Amino acid sequence: MRSDTITCESVAERLPQIMDGGGSPDPAIAGHVEACLRCQAELVQYRKLLRSLHQLRTEVLEPAPGTLTSIFASIEAAGERGAIRSILSGRRAAYVGGIAVATAAAGAAGALVLASRARRRSLRIAS
Amino acid sequence: MAPDMAGLVTAAKAGDRQAFEELVRATYTDAYTLAYRLTGNEEDASDVVQEAYLRAFKSLKRFRGDAQFSTWLYRIVANCAATALGKRAKNRHETLDDDAPLADLRPDYDPDARLDASVERERVTEALRELPDGLRQVVVLRDVYDLPHEAIAKELGISEAAAKVRLHRARRRLRERLFPLRGEEAARAV
Repeated sequence: MRSDTITCESVAERLPQIMDGGGSPDPAIAGHVEACLRCQAELVQYRKLLRSLHQLRTEVLEPAPGTLTSIFASIEAAGERGAIRSILSGRRAAYVGGIAVATAAAGAAGALVLASRARRRSLRIAS
Repeated sequence: MAPDMAGLVTAAKAGDRQAFEELVRATYTDAYTLAYRLTGNEEDASDVVQEAYLRAFKSLKRFRGDAQFSTWLYRIVANCAATALGKRAKNRHETLDDDAPLADLRPDYDPDARLDASVERERVTEALRELPDGLRQVVVLRDVYDLPHEAIAKELGISEAAAKVRLHRARRRLRERLFPLRGEEAARAV
């Protein structure tokens, strides 16, 4: 069926998009649908479809027994892995800190030794 | 009595494992239902829902609470389902370009049963299962769970325009399959 340049086929292409709402449809398309029984019928079917899909939202499917247990087990395992990782990263930080302190202490001791040697040498030269 | 979801989320974020388990108990049938609708089979749905809770557990600290916990979880389920279906698709040839009409393979189909709500739901569920994965995911997230186009696109890793195109194609296929017009019914019977 035809009304001006709009055909049922072109309306059919646009109907799924028009069902989204958000702004009024093209006036030419709206005019065609008003005058075309076939397109009106198709529009009604789309409305039925969206209603049926929306009604699925209220239906709840029961998972297989054991699903909840599996979920808890995987969370438990992830929690333990996380705890182990944090312990290891804590130890790593402690090792790195210890090495840094030891290096700093060794450096300071070395500096003291060098300084005292230099002082002794300068005293010897002066005497 | 319905659990205090906001309180449970706060406690779980603070590291209370029991609070997180309560959140799981309160939401897992809904999450499983969504996973089933997205994947179309029980085995994948169970894997997806398990993976989704694991991700939720690991990233709970990043949940800002500006959406409901269930909406946040649905997005994670959608993302996990997209990943699972992507892996599954590697082992199966299926394209979005396949415009072949979906045939009704039930010879004993009774038109009177259309009035029965549970039969109607069964038909819609079956028609959804028959859709290609890419189309099914979008139409379920949009028309069953009311997720915005933007969120759907983000979780499925596609553009918003692509999500809309898939939605419209899915709606068209479902309409033709579930509510055929007179000429379409005759054409399918041939």
